[in-house]
Amino acid sequence: MRAVRLSVVTAATTVAALAAVTGCSSKSDSKSADGAIQVTASDDACKLSKTEFAAGHVQFAIENKGSKITEVYLLFPDDRIVAERENIGPGTKQNLTAEVKAGSYEVACKPGMKGNGIRQKVTVTGGAQTPKRDPKLDAAVAAYRTYVQQQADETLPKLKTFTDAIAAGDVEGAKKAYAPSRIGWERTEPVAESFGDIDPKTDVREDGLEKGQTWTGWHRLEKALWKDGKIGDEEKKLGVQLSTDIADWQKRVGTAEITPTSMANGAKELLDEVATGKVTGEEERYSHTDLVDFKANVEGAQKAYELLKPVASKNDPALTAELDKQFTAIEAQLDKYRTDKNSYEFTSYDKVGEGDRKQLSDGVNALSEPLSKLAAAVAK
Amino acid sequence: MSDTTDAGAGTTDAAGGATSSAPSRRSLLGWGGAGLALGAAAAGGAVAAVRGDGDDAVPAAETGAAVPFYGAHQAGIATAVQDRLHFAAFDVTTKDRGELIKLLKDWTAAAARMTAGQTVGEGAYGGLAEAPPDDTGEALGLKPSRLTLTIGFGPSLFAKGRFGLEGKRPEALVDIPKFPGDNLDPARSDGDLCVQACADDPQVAVHAIRNLARIGMGKTAIRWSQLGFGKTSSTTPDAQTPRNMMGFKDGTRNVSGTDTAALAKHVWVGDKDGSPWMTGGSYLVARRIRMHIETWDRTGLQEQEDVFGRDKGEGAPVGKAKERDEPFLKAMKPDAHVRLAHPDSNDGATILRRGYSFTDGTDGLGRLDAGLFFLAYQRDVRKGFLPVQRSLARNDALNEYIQHVSSAIFAVPPGVRDKDDWWGRALFS
Repeated sequence: MRAVRLSVVTAATTVAALAAVTGCSSKSDSKSADGAIQVTASDDACKLSKTEFAAGHVQFAIENKGSKITEVYLLFPDDRIVAERENIGPGTKQNLTAEVKAGSYEVACKPGMKGNGIRQKVTVTGGAQTPKRDPKLDAAVAAYRTYVQQQADETLPKLKTFTDAIAAGDVEGAKKAYAPSRIGWERTEPVAESFGDIDPKTDVREDGLEKGQTWTGWHRLEKALWKDGKIGDEEKKLGVQLSTDIADWQKRVGTAEITPTSMANGAKELLDEVATGKVTGEEERYSHTDLVDFKANVEGAQKAYELLKPVASKNDPALTAELDKQFTAIEAQLDKYRTDKNSYEFTSYDKVGEGDRKQLSDGVNALSEPLSKLAAAVAK
Repeated sequence: MSDTTDAGAGTTDAAGGATSSAPSRRSLLGWGGAGLALGAAAAGGAVAAVRGDGDDAVPAAETGAAVPFYGAHQAGIATAVQDRLHFAAFDVTTKDRGELIKLLKDWTAAAARMTAGQTVGEGAYGGLAEAPPDDTGEALGLKPSRLTLTIGFGPSLFAKGRFGLEGKRPEALVDIPKFPGDNLDPARSDGDLCVQACADDPQVAVHAIRNLARIGMGKTAIRWSQLGFGKTSSTTPDAQTPRNMMGFKDGTRNVSGTDTAALAKHVWVGDKDGSPWMTGGSYLVARRIRMHIETWDRTGLQEQEDVFGRDKGEGAPVGKAKERDEPFLKAMKPDAHVRLAHPDSNDGATILRRGYSFTDGTDGLGRLDAGLFFLAYQRDVRKGFLPVQRSLARNDALNEYIQHVSSAIFAVPPGVRDKDDWWGRALFS
């Protein structure tokens, strides 16, 4: 965990404040829909009254004529959300406004609030053109966004196993479920941290607390389980709180701003997390499950890298050759600490000697150094 | 100027000129390539022997000239000792011989630039905003500060099954035996490679090691490193011998960096010494010697002087008046340091000392973690360091106040001849 950091992906709140492209779905949007774009959603269609309109404040008048609850999104080409309206019940009308710059977008209706939705391409004309980007990079960002969302979605049930055990006062069960509940978060940590308000509640360590801040989240429960060996009423409340905070993250993660270079630097920052927190054993000082986090950080970095590789390998083939090699090397190093390559049961980190820690640290450096050059290779 | 020793000999009077004409890193950048910068420096006479060890009014770091990188011998051995040290020992982590060679070439290129006062690669700023710059930047605006970078190869590099070098390990690259009293920490001993960075400005020395370490990541990893200050011996005999942390002048009778005959005899490896690739090179022994500072400071003056065999004020040997008066060894106590270390007590064994004082703060007990980082160059360790240390370890009165805590030995190859040459080319070809 790092304190609030906004370098990788700008928090959605910041994006809103910057008003570069502001999604706005406030209740005051009920003024007349003059010039509004009519969106007619049904269970199998998403009709727009026009697919080309002028930049500026754009209003959508949405009507759900289907039988399922639906959602309507305005999306950037890389699937980032410009604006959204959720929970549109059958037979109801909602308005959605957004400040939109010229460029290409998509509108998606999601009957049943599931899947990629029914898509429509739309064009916004006039005003300043957004700079053109390699479509391959847009695809990489879109795929990474899907990955991040997937990780967050998959975290919820794993976290539930953990918090259910907490609620039941089952220390051993909670201990077993602790590390797995963190994997999705650790794989996408730079994005997770971009929401400056969530990370301090879920992933702060005791020495990272500010004066007056209450210690909540995974590591507070880690201490209760491993150091104190008991679950009290306080811990049960904290378990509920953690579920709420992670559910909040899962809902908001799709709104994070992600760019090709932030993906690349996010990959490097995942390795920085390993270099500063995991390799020292500081992160999981009670549970000693640092190698699980380590593995998840590496996997998250590798995902971002693999998605950017088609572009990076064209611009700097020597770099991607080196990165391929170093990712393989670090995986082989990590595999030495687990008996089953499909399991996330790693050697307890307090059993990893100083010499082996040095080797892991060297391995992280060997990967991080070239990884720090990935952003440049993508931006060329 | 193919030989740093000759360079030193020819320019003893050039210090003043160097002071005024010393280029800053920035201005060197503006001049273009390294060759240009070196050419200009050489023309101005600002070469190896800018003297920072006398009683100069101007601090050495401000004279800041560049020491030529190319030559028959590596700079940093016979070169007049600079004020500061960053010494680093590396483990080679790659198993690929080709990668190791590529690393040595990359290091050579970076070393040539940095010793000339230039930045690494494309510099420290002005590149892509999203990418880290090639150079770390902390030496921007600083002068070359007589930076020298000297590489060495440890015995482990020649191990069987590593890089196919087992047949090339010189006999003189011995495994140093454990001496009585040694308390060696393996975590800061040995190493496959070493780089000695000496400069008159500590930031310049640290910048050099940091950037080489960075370039090496994935192929090498730093095993241990040591910072040093306050050189403890001089290779310029007409200057006053610097004092060690015990307040004594030690190493007065050092090999002079300008004495080509003594260097050829005791320091440079000859072409008949058995390992042709080492001709023009030398062997380096590095020992971190911790001093028990607090107990030393509680020791009476007479005993302190008896321990060394010199007086504390002038540094004169027992019974003599001046520091450089020829010592009369028999007048000293049998266990006096100078008596035991003297070539006359060791069949003429002579080494070129280049050590630095170190202080790494205090230890957990509040004792000053300080001492001497001993660096000695010689033509053959078996005729240099080993006999001297054998005699010292057994009998030296100083042993009560010191402890050797780390040890390493390296084969230091000859100099890089020109731009097409690289550190260790003869070893790998």
